Amino acid sequence: MTAKVAVISPPPGIATPSLSEVDGMALIQAVGRTPLLPLRRVTRHLSPAVQVYAKAEWFNPGGSVKDRPAFNIIRTALYEGRLLPGMRLLDSTSGNMGIAYATFGAALDIQVTLVMPENVSPERVAILRALGAELIFTDPLEGSDGALRMARQMAADHPERYFYANQYDNPANWQAHYRTTGPEIVEQTQGAVTHFVAGLGTSGTLTGVGRYLRRYNPAVQLIAVQPDAPFHGLEGLKHMPTAIRPAIFDPTLPDRTVEVETEAAHEMVRRLAREEGYFVGISSGAAAVAALRVAEGLETGVVVTVFPDAGYKYLSDEALWK
Amino acid sequence: MPTLKIPTPLRPYADGQSVVTVQGGTVAEALRDLVAQYPALEKHLFSEEGELRPFVNLFLGQEDVRHLQGEETPLNEDDVLRIIPSIAGG
Repeated sequence: MTAKVAVISPPPGIATPSLSEVDGMALIQAVGRTPLLPLRRVTRHLSPAVQVYAKAEWFNPGGSVKDRPAFNIIRTALYEGRLLPGMRLLDSTSGNMGIAYATFGAALDIQVTLVMPENVSPERVAILRALGAELIFTDPLEGSDGALRMARQMAADHPERYFYANQYDNPANWQAHYRTTGPEIVEQTQGAVTHFVAGLGTSGTLTGVGRYLRRYNPAVQLIAVQPDAPFHGLEGLKHMPTAIRPAIFDPTLPDRTVEVETEAAHEMVRRLAREEGYFVGISSGAAAVAALRVAEGLETGVVVTVFPDAGYKYLSDEALWK
Repeated sequence: MPTLKIPTPLRPYADGQSVVTVQGGTVAEALRDLVAQYPALEKHLFSEEGELRPFVNLFLGQEDVRHLQGEETPLNEDDVLRIIPSIAGG
């Protein structure tokens, strides 16, 4: 006997999703509007009139802050007719941008090819394979810049095959943060933000949020975070003086740059997990170290930073969790 | 003698070399010989207490030496040890 299924109408005020909301666009509409979380215990030594907050970017559907620029790069390329049916999206990545491209690629039926150094963590490779991305590995001794050069070469050799997303040079990267992350920070702090601290990878977050905040309040201080040396363990961050500089990086934008040691970031990752309940990745640890250094110099202020991703993708890094 | 492959971010501290021949029967001895040849590398590889910094990834073939015998992993004359950088930006 077949059970009779009652059709229950939604109560008044609850919308029935239209078709456009249940195809790939529904996933994309989940990007952004991430929580702004307070740091409460690691900040106990600060002036009571100083508050430190972090945007919890692992709440994005692809699991990182990179959902914002990835979606905006894809949307812009589709709108401008540069990503045509049958073309593959190509870029170099350290992992998170690739995961974001692969997530939206799957949702929007766009094939994705990613170039990464061979030593990318096994968690990232597993996620990208699960999402169906094509992976091309480069010499780990050449690092991210080696992958970037390979992607450029592939794009130049086969312009008909690839839309080269080029996250390091594509203005749609920082514009995503200008459109979304910046306004969210102003709204969530009710306009009280005084300092914004962000790690430099492509520099998209600092550039986009920074330009928005400067327009909102020219007195807002912008602080860039980078590794203290060219050889470091801060995955996702770049040592700008010795790396290929992204075209979107504006070195005149930050008021100051805080250099963070890998060991300090690792220690902070453990403290954030064990004292705050924030299970985050290494670049979040570096951002928190820098945000606290900025906050320690203040009598009053609202310091906001960005935690790009969660700790799951770093579990194979045994030294990190000791 | 074993050889050590140097990643691009460390080459400025090793007179621009990408491959260095070292003496030593273990990973630890090879690294000590490397920093004896190129002292500017020392602070990048070792802490002030003289311990190998936790993010220094060393690969013998495809194996992370952490999963072999760590710094005590034996090296043969023709072994190639690679210092692999973490993956930066984006």
